[in-house]
Amino acid sequence: MLAAAGCAAMAQAAEELGDAEAGKKVFNECKGCHQVGPGAENRVGPHLNGLFGRVAGSLEGFRYSKSFRRAGNSGLEWHADSLSDFLKNPRSVASGTRMSYRGLKDETKRADLIAYLRLFSDSPSDIPEADPTAIGTDHGLDPGILALQGDPEYGAYLSSECTTCHQAEGGDEGIPSIVYWPEEDFVVALHAYKNKQRNHPVMQMIAGRLSNEEIAALAAYFEDPE
Amino acid sequence: MKLNRRVFIGAAGAAAASLQAPAVLGAGKPRVVVIGGGAGGATAARYIAKDSKGAIDVTLVEPSRTYYTCFFSNLYIGGFQELSDIGHSYGTLAANYGINVVHDWAVGVDRDTKLVSLAGGAKLPYDKLVLSPGIDFVDGAVEGWDLSAQNKMPHAYKAGSQTELLKAQINAMPEGGSFCMVAPPNPYRCPPGPYERVSMVAHVLKSVNPTAKIIVADPKPKFSKMGLFQEGWGNHYEGMVDWIGEDFGGGNVSVNPDAMTVTIDGEETKVDACNVIPAMKAGRIAEMAGVTDGNWAPVNAADMSSKADPDIYVLGDASQQGDMPKSGFSANSQAKVCANAVRGALTGSKVFPAKFSNTCWSLISTDDGVKVGATYEATAEKIAKVDGFISQTGETAELRKATYEESVGWYAGITSDMFG
Ligand SMILES: Cc1cc2nc3c(=O)[nH]c(=O)nc-3n(C[C@H](O)[C@H](O)[C@H](O)COP(=O)(O)OP(=O)(O)OC[C@H]3O[C@@H](n4cnc5c(N)ncnc54)[C@H](O)[C@@H]3O)c2cc1C
Repeated sequence: MLAAAGCAAMAQAAEELGDAEAGKKVFNECKGCHQVGPGAENRVGPHLNGLFGRVAGSLEGFRYSKSFRRAGNSGLEWHADSLSDFLKNPRSVASGTRMSYRGLKDETKRADLIAYLRLFSDSPSDIPEADPTAIGTDHGLDPGILALQGDPEYGAYLSSECTTCHQAEGGDEGIPSIVYWPEEDFVVALHAYKNKQRNHPVMQMIAGRLSNEEIAALAAYFEDPE
Repeated sequence: MKLNRRVFIGAAGAAAASLQAPAVLGAGKPRVVVIGGGAGGATAARYIAKDSKGAIDVTLVEPSRTYYTCFFSNLYIGGFQELSDIGHSYGTLAANYGINVVHDWAVGVDRDTKLVSLAGGAKLPYDKLVLSPGIDFVDGAVEGWDLSAQNKMPHAYKAGSQTELLKAQINAMPEGGSFCMVAPPNPYRCPPGPYERVSMVAHVLKSVNPTAKIIVADPKPKFSKMGLFQEGWGNHYEGMVDWIGEDFGGGNVSVNPDAMTVTIDGEETKVDACNVIPAMKAGRIAEMAGVTDGNWAPVNAADMSSKADPDIYVLGDASQQGDMPKSGFSANSQAKVCANAVRGALTGSKVFPAKFSNTCWSLISTDDGVKVGATYEATAEKIAKVDGFISQTGETAELRKATYEESVGWYAGITSDMFG
């Protein structure tokens, strides 16, 4: 029963994200210049491990175009949405990029490719937490939920349930850190567990019995636990 | 005066820091005494001290200077942890939280005068008393065994030297020898604990003594995560583990520690190492305080206060609260509800509704972790289960590995939640 429900939730999340299996085939177009996966190195293009959340043009040891470094300096980071824009038309994002690729117009293929690249970004892979792997802002959450003002004092009390596993000091071996998250990311992530769009049984259970107000309170607290 | 000296002894290396700590005894502040510095007690002491910001005077009474966690002690037996990895001291609680750590035994509680007496002779006054003394064993639970036999047939159900001894005995078994576990009846601390231990013993024997045998005499017809463990034993340790449940006389057991024999349902067997885990009851001080009813101390679910005395709270294994398993996770969860209530009662701070949860991870073999968990709510009558989950048989190796890694993360989380 549980396993079946878990699989359904995973399938659903994968659909939103694109199909990583199919994306692996799409990646064949990129392979000439880019490596990804265990042991990947910089070649003509930079390796693509840990791409999500990376600032554009920031990989140590790779010579980027000026245009690319400038894009990074002015705040371009790789997330599902920015990658999608870039892959659609690379020059629209970094006009002087040396990546000689005309772009991938097919939206489904783009989503598949991004889903595939995402496999090499999150760790541990079953814990798709906010920043590195968030799916842009396309979370479909009721704006009323996002607008709730949480009570940090209540959040502080509720947080003690979290710190049994998530270290208050922010350590993240085996279990991700949840301190200093932007409030909105926190709310979005917890609702995704509550609605079983994210696939982790402990978190689905914990989030499943938090009310909207309680999630807001936790988000308010964890944004700045001091 | 005497108390002050003890405080400094207790704070050990942290003595210099605790000199500067704000807590001054007897300055008219409300006083909380916590008995037992384990999963429940250390957490409660830390949260009361931390959240009251010095407004409450907190004293923690715990005889040991180093607390060895029972959780992950099986992993030590299996060779996945060093003993030092699971030992924790109280220095940070004393130095950074201003808790008066007193290393002594509590030997009595006078509820009329609200005084706790210590083995060393001191008396500690309290406004609220928190008891989290863990477990003791029921006398005569396993025929032929009592505490005086614990060096021949260790229980290793309080971690530390007992665990070390059991590990040494397993490693010293002759080639092809037998290990026997006498498993406990319900309720007991850590429902999957004996079976995780069987897995870890099998893991060790498989590499150093692969023809050895493991016999488990169990008074229960089934046990926690049974399907998962049996699947794992089949996958990793085929033919090694002989589990004898209630239906086959697993509850009809006597032992002879001098002869190193175990008699199961009338059949006597010579064994080379024997782990006797007797039936359990609340740590003795709970009974001495008069808050037990039978083997355990009944509590109110909303705040963990004793049903016998509103100024005493009982946490963790010793409490009889309803549906939560006796685990470190549960004790830690209950401690935070209790801390919130105690602080509210003594300083008027806001008291929020109780929320409880538990997850127990177990390791079956290298990178083969499983888990079971649930959330709970306080009802008028007990702590009641709301929702739960359990790992499934047939999960992928990656998921099992991630589950194990998660347990390592949890260990780091809960121990820093307890000890700062
Ligand atoms: C092999 C094994 C594996 C386990 N694995 C897990 C696991 O993976 N996850 C999990 O959540 N739980 C696990 N547990 C269960 C967990 O260890 C206990 O449930 C938990 O420690 C209970 O906390 P407590 O505060 O009630 O008692 P304890 O942690 O035992 O603390 C009690 C403390 O009180 C002190 N004390 C007792 N009497 C007195 C007195 N008179 N005066 C002063 N001090 C006193 C003791 O010295 C002790 O330090 C395991 C247990 C075992 C045995």
